[in-house]
Amino acid sequence: MLSIKSGLRTGLSKVILRTFATDAPAYEPNYKNFKVYRWSPDHPEEKPHMQDFNLDMNETGPMMLDALLKIKNEVDPTLTLRRSCREGICGSCAMNIDGRNTLACITKINKTDGKEVKIYPLPHMYVVRDLVPDLTLFYQQYKSIQPYLQTSKPPPEKENLQTIEDRKKLDGLYECILCACCSTSCPSYWWNQQEYLGPAVLMQAYRWMIDSRDDATEARKQMLQNSMSLYRCHTIMNCSRTCPKGLNPGRAVAAIKKSMAFE
Amino acid sequence: MVRFSGLQKEVLSLYRDCLRAAFQKPIDRRQHWINYIHSEFNKSRNIPRRDFSTVEYLIRTGKRRYEMYKSPDIKDVL
Repeated sequence: MLSIKSGLRTGLSKVILRTFATDAPAYEPNYKNFKVYRWSPDHPEEKPHMQDFNLDMNETGPMMLDALLKIKNEVDPTLTLRRSCREGICGSCAMNIDGRNTLACITKINKTDGKEVKIYPLPHMYVVRDLVPDLTLFYQQYKSIQPYLQTSKPPPEKENLQTIEDRKKLDGLYECILCACCSTSCPSYWWNQQEYLGPAVLMQAYRWMIDSRDDATEARKQMLQNSMSLYRCHTIMNCSRTCPKGLNPGRAVAAIKKSMAFE
Repeated sequence: MVRFSGLQKEVLSLYRDCLRAAFQKPIDRRQHWINYIHSEFNKSRNIPRRDFSTVEYLIRTGKRRYEMYKSPDIKDVL
């Protein structure tokens, strides 16, 4: 008796379920348009142009870098870009996305606004290919500020200690990954790239100036004591606004100026 | 007398710098260098002289290669 009842019940519930079941919703792709800067040195006589890529956002990862890699893997393998860590610590994928210099790997795609995304290489840099800028000059400038510990004291037995307060001075400076986003957003750097060092390099110069273990502060200041290297900074502050790591190069440059003002 | 534009003068001076560097190379390899320079410059012979951005790009990369190749450590080119 009991078994017949339960059998009835399951049969009934199946019928009910079938009545309420609906067809699987038709797959709705969510397309977004990516306009990407293309230029190849193999054909230097061809002008740079923007290439459109339509991607289904349902099948794309959350970040701009995911979209670019999807393009490179599935649509056009000739698209060239630098990338490495995909978590915002290497600074390789710095590029201009929707008018702002950022790292592609930590910039989210807005999947719902339906607007197109424009991706350019870093502005006012020579382009090697597609999204790869030539950073030779940037690295040369970084080298020119001698970004290493200079001291006349003999090396200590173990660690080179500093006080907690002295260490705190380096916070907000040592995190810089030299992605060149800030330098290439600075109009002053655009017009005087050859002489002006740019916010990223100046921030590193400041980082070594205030290091309590470093003895070359005076020499470092002397290196900047001319009209071009440092004083081309007109506190435009694009650098601090654009920094993808949330640092403040503008403040560091101002601090250098302040320390050199009465010399 | 032909009057050259600034850009054309830059190309010519790069060309002459390259040839001068070629004459600093060991004498038995010198012809390799001269042939190489001629072939590289001839590759872009057909670019119109008003195509400034292309010519500037080629001058820039050419200068970089000149700086690299002129080192006395580099003896031969194929």
